[in-house]
Parts: sequence; structure tokens; C-alpha cells
Amino acid sequence: MKVSYFPGCTLKNKAKQLDIYARKCAEVLGITLEEIEAWQCCGGVFTTSRDEVATKLSSVRALQAAKEKEQVLVSVCSACHNVIKQTNHAMQNDTEFADRVNRYNDVEYDGSTKVYHYLEMLRDLVGMDKIKEKVVNPLNGEKIAAYYGCLLLRPNSVMQMDDPENPTIIEDIIKALGGVPVIYPYRNECCGGYVTMDDPEFSRKKSENVVVSAKNGGASRIITACPLCKYNLDKQAPDIPVVYLTELLAEALGVKEDGDER
Amino acid sequence: MNDKLKNTRDEIVRISGVNPKKCMKCGKCTATCPAFDEMEYHPHQFVAMVENGDIQPLLESESLYRCLSCFACVDRCPRGVEPAKLVEAVRLTVIRKKGGNRLKTDDIPALLDENIPQQALVSALRKYAK
Repeated sequence: MKVSYFPGCTLKNKAKQLDIYARKCAEVLGITLEEIEAWQCCGGVFTTSRDEVATKLSSVRALQAAKEKEQVLVSVCSACHNVIKQTNHAMQNDTEFADRVNRYNDVEYDGSTKVYHYLEMLRDLVGMDKIKEKVVNPLNGEKIAAYYGCLLLRPNSVMQMDDPENPTIIEDIIKALGGVPVIYPYRNECCGGYVTMDDPEFSRKKSENVVVSAKNGGASRIITACPLCKYNLDKQAPDIPVVYLTELLAEALGVKEDGDER
Repeated sequence: MNDKLKNTRDEIVRISGVNPKKCMKCGKCTATCPAFDEMEYHPHQFVAMVENGDIQPLLESESLYRCLSCFACVDRCPRGVEPAKLVEAVRLTVIRKKGGNRLKTDDIPALLDENIPQQALVSALRKYAK
């Protein structure tokens, strides 16, 4: 199966492990991620105001590109996924906004592309049984803390990934890989996000809460799908590795190359 | 409220899509907000102040830049008021003004370190500049 893939700006630079292992693991699981040609940065955050149009055009163009190939659109960066999915939702439900957007475009986009996060692709298009079957290096009961943060789950009326207060999608994948998920209170609270550029001390406190909460749960590693979460958490986590979920997946599926497997 | 402030209030309500009259003042948005203790005006106060036309203090408040856009208040509001969208609309009202950028591009080099992801820069530019 082939899907359209929107990597995003950070995955081409600081978060290469998120990108490279997303592709390799998908191949092992029978899915080819076809990178959209000439994609443009999503902008990192969705502007909720209805009169903000130009900043959402890159998402609309990516959605249109996937539609033309009759493919679903997959991203692995939590931020890209959030922005693209919220934009698609606005195209479906806000006709005034959609009309204004389509005045910029050569063709009218109607909101019909299906948008998946990589995690949803694993759950809904691959399935946990298939993942289990492909594991060659099981995690042997390692305790892993899944960090959702805010972008994957909220706003739930749009994202519809999982129960926003008690999600299980990442925990189910950890179990499929042979690990033991740690359930801790701060797993769906914000890391401090972009405010690290304006008030780093404030972001530091938010990330510290998350790291302490995960460590108190007994986790030996924290996994995330968001480069900004990783950056913020890393600074507060000298004694606990924060890795991308695709790295963990790649270890278990036997496609991690750098020789530093657990 | 003078005409200018009334226009500003009406525009904030329009572009946010939020109806502040739906608020029943339970304070759950503020209780769940990870930034509440850094804010001069808390999320529930934003809603009440916009409804009352008490806009000027909001336009001048640092609270605008502490909102993380984490949507905790949006998801946990029992009345679907969506306070974060109101905060965003007030912030845009300030930033869209000439000279209103919170983050100046010349300031960025000093904020960088070796590990900072591109996502942090584009997100901050989108939130703090036009």
C-alpha cells in the first residue's frame, strides 16, 4: 500500500531519526511513504482565527496533492499532523473559509482527503497483530513512558485520535513491541511548547513536571512524536533518554542501524 | 465602551468564532490551564472581559504570550466556549498592528542553541509575529 507523506521542516534537519525510521518501519510493515513533491512548511501551529487564510495554504496544497493521487495523507510530526488535520476540518465545515482559500488555488479543494497520523496508520492500516508478527528484537518488558503532549489529542472534536483524557494508542504499540507502558499523570499535559522562545523558564517548569511524572512511574525511556516536545523534555531529562517513537519501533523491528540498540 | 473598543470587541468575537455568552463561569478552563499561574488574566477572565467589553487591559497584557495553545481549556470546557480561541484572537489583534510583533526577527539569533528544532522557530514566529 502507498500513502502520501508530509515530513515537515524539522524532520529534514533536527529530527531526522523521526523521518528515516518512519519510512523504514513503514516498509517493513508493508506501507510505502511517498513524499509529496515540493511540500511547504505547515507553520508549526494552527491559527484558530477564521480570517487567517494565507498561513493555511501549505496544508491545503498538501491535502490536494494527496487527493490527486487518491491516497491518504500521513505525517509523523505531531505539529504537522495537528495543523493539517485542523485545516482539513475547517475546509469541510467552514464554507466561508473554504471559499476564501480556494480563491488562491488553481483547483478547488473540498476537504475529502483522509488525514492520518503515523500512529493511526499503525493502528488502523497496519494493525497491532501485524506489528507483533514483525518484531525481531522485543523490548523484553522495558518500562516505557508514552508522551502524548497536546498536539496529538486536542482539540478532540477535530483530532479524533483517541480518548483525549485516557489515550491508549501509543501504549498499545509499546505492548505490541514487548514493552510495558507506564501510565503517568502528565502524559497528555503540555511540555511548554513554543513559549520556550519567549519565556524559557516557564517552559522549563512545564517540561520538568512531565519528566518527573514519567520517572516516578518507573520509566526507563520517554517516547514522543514531536520534535519540540523532545527538545523541551531533553533539557530536563539528563538521566532518562527521550527518543522518537519511530526509533523505538525501529529497534524492535530490527531496522535501527547505528549500533546503539539498548 | 467607546465605538473603537466596541468594534475591536466585535471583531475579536467574529474572528474567534467564540460566543462568550455561553460561559457559565465555572472556572474549569482556568483550573486546567498549565499557564494559569503565569497569567495576569486567567482564561475565564478573558471570556468575561471580552463579553463585558473590557478589552484594553487584555490588549496590554503579557498573558497573551503565555497561552500555550494546548487546547486543554477548549477540550475541558463543559459549555464548549473554547477560551483559547478568544486568547488567540486578542493576541492577533495586537500583533497584526504595525509594529505589533512580539518577536522581532533580529532577536532570533540570540535565542538559538545547537539543538533547537526548526519547529520552535516557525511556531514562535506564527504566534508572536505577523
